[in-house]
Amino acid sequence: MSAHTTEADPHGDVTVDALELSAELVGSGRAESADVAEYALGLGDDALILAQQLGGWIAKAPELEEDVALGNIALDLLGHARSLLRYAGSHDGRSEDDLAYFRDEHEFRSQWLFEQPNGDFAHTIARQLIAATYLFELYARLSASSDATLAAIAAKSVKEVEYHRDHAVLWTLRLAGGTEESRRRMIVALGDMWPYVDELFRDTGLIERLEGVAVRPSTLREPFDEVIRAVLSEEGLEVPTVQPSAGGGRDDAHFPTLGYLLAEMQVLARQHPGATW
Amino acid sequence: MVTTRSRAWAVAATVHDPEVPVLTIEDLGILRDVRELEDRVEIVITPTYSGCPAMDTIRQDLELAFTEAGYDRVVVETVLSPAWTTDWMTDEGKRKLEAYGIAPPRVSSERRGPIPVALGVRCPRCGSLDTREVSRFGSTSCKALFECRACLEPFDHFKVH
Repeated sequence: MSAHTTEADPHGDVTVDALELSAELVGSGRAESADVAEYALGLGDDALILAQQLGGWIAKAPELEEDVALGNIALDLLGHARSLLRYAGSHDGRSEDDLAYFRDEHEFRSQWLFEQPNGDFAHTIARQLIAATYLFELYARLSASSDATLAAIAAKSVKEVEYHRDHAVLWTLRLAGGTEESRRRMIVALGDMWPYVDELFRDTGLIERLEGVAVRPSTLREPFDEVIRAVLSEEGLEVPTVQPSAGGGRDDAHFPTLGYLLAEMQVLARQHPGATW
Repeated sequence: MVTTRSRAWAVAATVHDPEVPVLTIEDLGILRDVRELEDRVEIVITPTYSGCPAMDTIRQDLELAFTEAGYDRVVVETVLSPAWTTDWMTDEGKRKLEAYGIAPPRVSSERRGPIPVALGVRCPRCGSLDTREVSRFGSTSCKALFECRACLEPFDHFKVH
């Protein structure tokens, strides 16, 4: 409790003198291999695409508070994307803007879940529930990565996605326990999003080469399932059983929505390269 | 060493958060280090939230404050680790927030379970604990929107992070 912190030390338990100005932590660190850069690129693209999708709700959400909430979540995700893409680009001298605005669809590495369209509000909440639960488990473990920059970004991000998960859980429960119609829509939305869950937990060749640096996706499946089961059982919902989709976003295969999303996201930067305001 | 560092720290501590102007960056706990070196002064800050748009303004304000204080070369670094927490907000900062009409973060940040539990937040206007959360997200990333059932006023809560 705050009452117990001493007045003499305004920084609580932080000893500023012990804080090293490590190059990795100040953002000037360079990804040490093409593999590390590729890994950061995939995580950065997931965050960037989800941020862009959520931005689409601003001024359109069911209530004003949700405009603000989804906008806030998008802003956090954009912050994660910036850190991750800056690090990914450090390997070959590309900036975060080069990566966000001047790559084409086949060069993105986002997974299909993040590329699913917003749909109705229940679809967005189902996507958020899956995404935030997955990202929380991922970042919680990545914060122990042997790569100092990835560890720092993850330790920062995990606190924010935990809050996003709270938001998604509360809405899932509210929709499931609300009216007959809201419950029906929540069930439909979970079923529509579930084919894209498996891809999140597939180990790839890249992961095999990054032992200690990357988090092995397959190890996240059990904790993810545990949280999802606990949440859905609160309102008597079943975990959907559906055929998983092919996926392939970490290579270069994307859901058809990505091209349209990129066209909108990139048009201004491409028409006016280098413009600032 | 102690005296020069304190002088530079005092300069850095004059900079306020542009979005919560009642707080200095020291009150907020985002001023992490100030180092006066032979040819420059280095200031280390950390973002509250990853996407916080105030960081650029704070960086500019720091450069201005040090230039005005007579420093020639100012380097502002941003660190992500260790990640900022509201536990680093000073007690003075919490008092200022409450006087300003924003309920300060009162409990320490700690891991919670997957199903959120609402905690009581005191109304900064009338002191009642009979308040409700209107939205977990507010006008900036660091605040949630509350409403007091006793005095019927809406208010911001600086959320525990």
